[in-house]
Amino acid sequence: MSTDAHGDHAGHHEDHGHGDAHGHGTLRDYVTGFILAAILTAIPFWLVMTDALGDNQLTALVIMGFAVAQVVVHMIYFLHMNARSEGGWTIMALIFTIVLVVIALTGSLWVMYHLNTNMMPMSPHDMSQMP
Amino acid sequence: MTVESTMENQYAALSPIFGRLSLESLPLHEPILVATFAAVALGSIALVGALTYFRLWGYLWKEWFTTVDHKRIGIMYMILGLVMLLRGFADAVMMRLQQAMAFNGSEGYLTAHHYDQVFTAHGVIMIFFVAMPFVTGLMNYVVPLQIGARDVSFPYLNNFSFWMTTAGAVLVMFSLFIGEFARTGWLAYPPLSNIGYSPDVGVDYYIWALQIAGVGTLLSGVNLVATIVKMRAPGMSMMKMPVFTWTALCTNVLIVAAFPVLTAVMALLSLDRYVGTNFFTNDFGGSPMMYVNLIWIWGHPEVYILILPLFGVFSEVTSTFTGKRLFGYTSMVYATVVITILSYIVWLHHFFTMGSGASVNSFFGITTMVISIPTGAKLFNWLFTMYRGRIRFELPMMWTVAFMLTFVVGGMTGVLLAVPPADFVLHNSLFLIAHFHNVIIGGVLFGLFAAINYWFPKAFGFRLDPFWGKVSFWAWVVGFWLAFMPLYVLGLMGVTRRMRVFDDPSLQIWFVIAAFGAALIAIGIAAMLVQFAVSYLKRDQLRDTTGDPWNGRTLEWSTSSPPPDYNFAFTPVIHDLDAWYDMKSRGYVRPTGGYRPIHMPKNTGTGVILAALSLGCGFGLVWYIWWLAALSFAGVLAVAIGHSFNYKRDFYIPAETVEKTEDERTRLLAAGA
Repeated sequence: MSTDAHGDHAGHHEDHGHGDAHGHGTLRDYVTGFILAAILTAIPFWLVMTDALGDNQLTALVIMGFAVAQVVVHMIYFLHMNARSEGGWTIMALIFTIVLVVIALTGSLWVMYHLNTNMMPMSPHDMSQMP
Repeated sequence: MTVESTMENQYAALSPIFGRLSLESLPLHEPILVATFAAVALGSIALVGALTYFRLWGYLWKEWFTTVDHKRIGIMYMILGLVMLLRGFADAVMMRLQQAMAFNGSEGYLTAHHYDQVFTAHGVIMIFFVAMPFVTGLMNYVVPLQIGARDVSFPYLNNFSFWMTTAGAVLVMFSLFIGEFARTGWLAYPPLSNIGYSPDVGVDYYIWALQIAGVGTLLSGVNLVATIVKMRAPGMSMMKMPVFTWTALCTNVLIVAAFPVLTAVMALLSLDRYVGTNFFTNDFGGSPMMYVNLIWIWGHPEVYILILPLFGVFSEVTSTFTGKRLFGYTSMVYATVVITILSYIVWLHHFFTMGSGASVNSFFGITTMVISIPTGAKLFNWLFTMYRGRIRFELPMMWTVAFMLTFVVGGMTGVLLAVPPADFVLHNSLFLIAHFHNVIIGGVLFGLFAAINYWFPKAFGFRLDPFWGKVSFWAWVVGFWLAFMPLYVLGLMGVTRRMRVFDDPSLQIWFVIAAFGAALIAIGIAAMLVQFAVSYLKRDQLRDTTGDPWNGRTLEWSTSSPPPDYNFAFTPVIHDLDAWYDMKSRGYVRPTGGYRPIHMPKNTGTGVILAALSLGCGFGLVWYIWWLAALSFAGVLAVAIGHSFNYKRDFYIPAETVEKTEDERTRLLAAGA
């Protein structure tokens, strides 16, 4: 590997193929992925256009759920990620990413919802009068 | 003027060709800028003239600008950092002078409009265009050599990353003479940085310079992570990697994880400024505080991106110059990884005073204090390495000792600031300024100087002159203490940062002392430039023919100085930590035959072209020259796609050439022995 590894050349070369466990996916995988992705996109559109759930907040949450499922579909079918690919580096990078995203999101929400702690006491009515 | 009316007026009366750029945009009314421009213009004309006279353009283009060799790109990063250091330091001297003068009714010599740009430019340049290029350049040069690789994973991407960083730096430099720079402080907090309060081009220069340079930083992060993970020499398991490579890995992981946040925040701010969204405005549901929160989610890891590789440098230097294996290698690695993770959960300590309650503040205060534990462990590891070692006080070791003494003080004032009640008193005071200069100069810069003195012979084949190095060392170290200790005092007395004039005459003496410190640092920088020049002139006396001038321990010292294009004729096989020391002690014999052709990447000018187009795009966006922005952007896409069809990207160094190079080295080694 290290004797002759210039990653961005590998694609045009006989030394292509790193002997790792990741494949480039079969047509079947891509079709499955495409259909799943299309379905997961169509349902949120349908939810919004027909207002099927009748509650905006609930709809937003459900759409978020579909978005997360969409991400997972992309990772499995298009990025070919599994616990073994690249000798386990991929899954480690994924776990690290998830940890950081969770830290950033929950941290931001926690911080931002705490910002009024030192404000003067205010009733909801006062709040609604704020500019 | 309300925000809405600004948005409506923003694009009114624009020239279709020049956008909002006009002759009035040139700062002809600022004598300081006109003089600087004259000096820079004369210098550039002289440089261009000299390059043309000596017919160096072809050489520069073929051998340097288009190179994909990680060593040359590393050196170019260092040169960029050095040039920008001079600019950033000029800003620092201007501030010190202004603050030392502006007492007893004197307004100093800088107008508020100019002074605000100076402190903003100083911060932005020093972090993004001095510290980052230095650190990236160092990792670029050293990491592939330390892991026994012939280049990074994506050599062309490396060249492209460098030129994007340079394009960002050039855009910042444009702002000096065309228009103005931001007057918002180095993080450009809204609402001040929003269009209503900063309608001029300053913040736009800031945004686009960081966005362009950010592409380079992010891609070079990806590149180095891939290199370290995939291209280590056979036998080099993770726990046999040199400590510098470990810290480089953690830093680049941090870059990959943190810089997208900066990109996103800048994108949201530019949407606010360009199309009238309200992410960070005061009204219509926007929240400026969200900007502060998000930018520090990037900003705090950034601090560790800067310091971690230098911790690696100190580890290499300490172990080499005490002639011992590093004490506690495993704990050093774990400390680095722990710092990497912890650096993500401390960001709120930059805005304790923003209004979160006691629970939030105490959580982030405690996590901040916890970071000092792994950092302290590292310091003890270095001390225990030195304990009963045969210490050689060469320049790199001197910088390391200076770092230990200086950084500990900076670290302790940091822990002090981590106590939220104390921070309520010291927030935004000069105490904070003194603290972060104490860790950035005492840690990052001292580490870089240690690294430059340590690896210079590897890069150029001759050592740096020790006399001028010591002049520079003492001027820097004493200058630093003289310049920043008064700021601690002033901060404790309640002086806030970014002040232009002062009322209380009793404070002046401290600013005068600080100005003298800055003057000493100027001597330190000058001595360093003299050191480079003198070393070049005396290069024959300082020549390193062995490739291992310090009796080093890691792989980069096993090859010649400077290393051949292909780094290693044969990929080394690793059996132990401190691979080169292990090879030497086992009586390693250098192979002198049986060479094979070596597969290498080919140079390409695409990186330069893409960066130049990005620069054009950024300039067009800053000045609302839409045709320029659109054309340049289309150009970027076209060139990038076009380059992907270029399949002739590699060549082989013939075995005969390798043999010739290696025979030359055999001859040198024999002559030296």
